[in-house]
Amino acid sequence: MVGNGILKGLAETARNFFGSYVSKDRLTTIQYPEERIEQIESTRDFPFLVYDGADWHAGMRCVACQICEKECPPKCIYIEKSKDKKPDAVGKPQAYPAVFNIDISVCMSCQICVEVCPFDAIKMDVVFDLPTDDRFGGLLLNKQQLAKSNDYYHQIHPTEAAAVDSALAEERAKADAKAKAAAEAKASAPAPGVPKPTPPGPPNPAGGETK
Amino acid sequence: MTLTLDQIFVIAKHWLLGYVPSGARPIASAVISVVAILIVFPLLFAITTLLERKGLGRIQNRYGPNRAGPWGLFQPVADAVKSLTKEDIVPVTADHAVHFLAPLVLVTAALLAYAVLPVGRNMVLIDLNAGVLFFFAVGSVVELSVFMAGWSSRSKYSLLGAMRAIAQMISYEVPLVLASVVVIMQSGSLSTVAIVDRQAGYTGIFPHWYVFTPWGIVGFILFMIAATAESNRSPFDLPEGESEIIAGYYIEYSGFKFALFFLGEYLGMFATSGMAITLFLGGWSAPLSFLTFIPSYVWFFLKLLALIGGFIWIRGTLPRLRMDQLMNFAWEFILPMALLNMLVAGVWRYMPPSILRWLVCAAIVAVPWLLLTRNLKRKKRFEIRTYTFAE
Repeated sequence: MVGNGILKGLAETARNFFGSYVSKDRLTTIQYPEERIEQIESTRDFPFLVYDGADWHAGMRCVACQICEKECPPKCIYIEKSKDKKPDAVGKPQAYPAVFNIDISVCMSCQICVEVCPFDAIKMDVVFDLPTDDRFGGLLLNKQQLAKSNDYYHQIHPTEAAAVDSALAEERAKADAKAKAAAEAKASAPAPGVPKPTPPGPPNPAGGETK
Repeated sequence: MTLTLDQIFVIAKHWLLGYVPSGARPIASAVISVVAILIVFPLLFAITTLLERKGLGRIQNRYGPNRAGPWGLFQPVADAVKSLTKEDIVPVTADHAVHFLAPLVLVTAALLAYAVLPVGRNMVLIDLNAGVLFFFAVGSVVELSVFMAGWSSRSKYSLLGAMRAIAQMISYEVPLVLASVVVIMQSGSLSTVAIVDRQAGYTGIFPHWYVFTPWGIVGFILFMIAATAESNRSPFDLPEGESEIIAGYYIEYSGFKFALFFLGEYLGMFATSGMAITLFLGGWSAPLSFLTFIPSYVWFFLKLLALIGGFIWIRGTLPRLRMDQLMNFAWEFILPMALLNMLVAGVWRYMPPSILRWLVCAAIVAVPWLLLTRNLKRKKRFEIRTYTFAE
């Protein structure tokens, strides 16, 4: 008989209507500000700058090589290289970014800056709720806003951070061995040895957990 | 006591009229009633938008709006503020005067229909002795406003929407009126108050509503189908079909004019629902004789809310029809059934009351129903069309 389908449909929608009050499983909506879905580990949105140790400025891995600035497709990164140098994680004196700005309103989250960085200094963040009243200044993040600790990196991307840390540790061990060899070679000569790769000041170059 | 409660609004109106000089009383009386209608039904519109969004949400296993106020109760307020503060854009090439008038005509026509709706005992703005006729005459002004909107906007979408709306509304106006003719045949009156009065009696505890007769139930179903189409609601919402012509005839309206269109459509829906209640569901009379202590206007609005709930339920269930399906349904099914229903009403009137009367009337309805629906179900074969001039 004509009308059976309509009645079946009405029954189905009625079941949905009352069912949604009875069983929570039917409601797939996540009530966003109060509830949040757990993010998967590979979540990424905007880049941040990793620093080792406690002092964000001294421990910053970035050496202002400006590769990311050149590679960035939408050109949202702006870097000014410093005139002076400061010791990097392995104690080698390196330039550092005097200015490092990322306009996240322009950023397209492509992760190319992360791929090209030779120093593992720039990584992808997971913070996505960045509302602001000021759509120009508020979304232009400076060096200090971008700097986040290695511990934070471990928190948001544990697997990836562990891999990066072990690679860095390996590199540093190699550099240490090289330096030692050089020191031994120089020790035969009367010249004083190269200073140990521990920079002065608070930052612990090895990042504590890697060695 | 129950009588006082039942007549409380009538008493209040007379009390207010006591302060008016006797010469101005007829006008003051009308103004008070009009103000009451202007407050109650737009308020009902606000409640309905919330109910509809909540109900549709639940039907689709969503929460629906729940941010503005507790359980989203202030959502209509937020919507009103939003639509009031939006920019009012009128297309440059539009006919400004007609474009401006269309929503006003729609809302005015929709509101005029309430003049003859008895919302409670002694609660009707004006008891016209041709009330039903007045109702349908005013209701057809809606078509005018729809066409004004579609034509004056100078947009293809709005014109397409208006064409569809006109085709649909005129097609369904016929069965709408024919479905209500049976009630007029039976009650012998065009006055809405008289029609309700005829249904107000009880046999035992059961009421004498017209919906409890074979021609009444068929008439009610046909009336509600035609009313759904008249008020452009799903599954007959082709004139505004969002997926095809975006918003149909009111695509070029924004801000408060858009809100007025929305208001007009809902007011039209309430008015036709109110008419269905008046004609078939006993108006303001209580459904069982021992429930008469509850005031009459409460019953009217409960019935109205039930019908609105039905509209929302239907909207959440059925997909939109195709244009040819819509037209076939009107002319090949609804219209013949409405005509047959008039025959049933005549048979019912002149047969002695017995079980045989029920059987005969049911047979007159059921056999054509089966035949006509078989015709509807038949697969249409489409042939490749050859164009004579286009190639």
